[in-house]
Amino acid sequence: MIAANLPALQIVVPLLSAPLCVLLRDRRLAWGFAVAITWIAFAIAVALLARVMSEGVISYEMGNWAAPWGIEYRIDRLNALVLLIVTGVGALVAPAALRGIEREIPAERAPLFFTAFLLSFAGLLGITITGDAFNLYVFLEISSLASYALVALGPDRRALTAAYRYLVLGTIGATFILIGVGLLYMMTGTLNMADLSARLVAVNETRAIHVAFAFIIVGAGLKLALFPLHMWLPNAYTFSPSIISAFLAATATKVGVYVLIRFVFTIFGVAFSFEEMPLGEILLVFGLLAAFVASIVAIFQNNLKRMLAYSSVAQLGYMALGIGFASVNGLIGTLVHLFNHALMKGALFMALACVFHRLGSVDIGDIRGLGRRMPLTMAAFVAGGISLVGLPLTVGFISKWYFVLAAIEAGLWPIAVAILASSMLALIYIGRVIEAAYFQPPPPGAPPVEEAPWPMLAPTLALAGASIYFGLDTELTVGVARAAAEALMGVQP
Amino acid sequence: MDVVGHFNYWVAIALMMTGFYLVIARSNLIKKLVGLNLFQTSVFLLYITMGKITGGTAPIVKAGFELYTNPLPSVLILTAIVVSVATSAVALAIIVRIRETYGSTEEDEILRRDRE
Repeated sequence: MIAANLPALQIVVPLLSAPLCVLLRDRRLAWGFAVAITWIAFAIAVALLARVMSEGVISYEMGNWAAPWGIEYRIDRLNALVLLIVTGVGALVAPAALRGIEREIPAERAPLFFTAFLLSFAGLLGITITGDAFNLYVFLEISSLASYALVALGPDRRALTAAYRYLVLGTIGATFILIGVGLLYMMTGTLNMADLSARLVAVNETRAIHVAFAFIIVGAGLKLALFPLHMWLPNAYTFSPSIISAFLAATATKVGVYVLIRFVFTIFGVAFSFEEMPLGEILLVFGLLAAFVASIVAIFQNNLKRMLAYSSVAQLGYMALGIGFASVNGLIGTLVHLFNHALMKGALFMALACVFHRLGSVDIGDIRGLGRRMPLTMAAFVAGGISLVGLPLTVGFISKWYFVLAAIEAGLWPIAVAILASSMLALIYIGRVIEAAYFQPPPPGAPPVEEAPWPMLAPTLALAGASIYFGLDTELTVGVARAAAEALMGVQP
Repeated sequence: MDVVGHFNYWVAIALMMTGFYLVIARSNLIKKLVGLNLFQTSVFLLYITMGKITGGTAPIVKAGFELYTNPLPSVLILTAIVVSVATSAVALAIIVRIRETYGSTEEDEILRRDRE
């Protein structure tokens, strides 16, 4: 009974827990509740992935309404992987949240903070699991609205303006997707994704579908912060509460990439997106620009959260690049990087949350000499950092490997060289932090600091450890990603 | 080109562009929000228009009712209206807090205060 309804429970449990969380007036109680819910969701995601890998696609009819009319939840290998990423990061970030928000959010607002967190979490899962284009829009707005509120809770007053800008651009992005979905409905009379992809073939040539495609790509591009539509991201990640930076950086943009993949490959199809429309060229150009421009900007940042935010824009550029190749290897690169980037950015932002918890600042001038004073935190930062650069034996290497492989396969040597060159830029900005933390004396008069509290440190180390472990054991990530990529490209295994 | 027959679509596009322009061009946060709402509303009109048939009625299965207007777009838009109201509520709440901390809702004024 429960096993058959797992796809529904994946959404219903976090979604219903959010209003219940408001009723818990105690911050510890609300925190414990949120942690329990994220772990339940994680367990469900693991069970779903196991089932998808053994039995194939799961189709679940919400409320027993048959598929093209009712809302269908459809879980294949692609979204089972994304569900695992979102719930996994949620389950690791939530335990750290109680101590993490001590300095940033007043105690009486903590239950509301956890409510918004659970809503955002539920929304992201909903986007991922649904097989209905309009339902996707609704969940997109649920998660986005909760994220705006979370960003606005940041300690600095600039968090408010950052949240407002995020809201305006996020709403424009979501409304663009809504316009696109409307045009698709107008031409086909269906909202179910599988049904849409079957019916679109007949009307592919019309201008309405071309326009719908453009609206949806731009809308998804805004949501995933594809350069040059990334303007909302740096401030939102810099000024939001540290824990939320870690959560959003590791999940929200990843789900944006998922939305792009789902629309491009499942609904519009490879032939339409890359032959009829010039999506491949667009993504290659903007992906490469993102990797270079955002990495160079990151080098000049003194606020480390802002540095990582620009680095996220660059990494999202790689993911767009991987989609742009329109090949199995490119897609494997993107999907593996979705997983890997969630681990390493999660670890990096969590390490900064630990630093902020002790120092009250994440400025590069203030972290001098921190390598000796907070050794474990900085070790986690270094592990995440070298993954970001893509050194061998880390997860970053695996994804870079597939990107370079896809570039060579497509005969685009300059792009392969450019990928390696832009990785060197990551070496510079991560190197600056390592240099400051390990090779410079603490600033004179610096207050003594000790290691971050364990509830924060343990998840940070777990994420950092995972970003090394999955660099050595790639069976899970590459295995699932290859199966998903082959299914998306229509290759028969 | 059939201008009169596509009247609703023209209105939707005009509203959409007006709203979009307001979001980009106005520096007052409230006016930006008004633009954003206009932009969203134009999409509602687009959806409802595509479902409407001239002379069509609600889908009632009874003698005398033959031409039906598709009710689904209207129902979808009910959901989208709820989303739009929620967006406005969150945006207004953020604007109230911006006004409390900065004492202004003008974007250039806020930027100037951040530089100080």
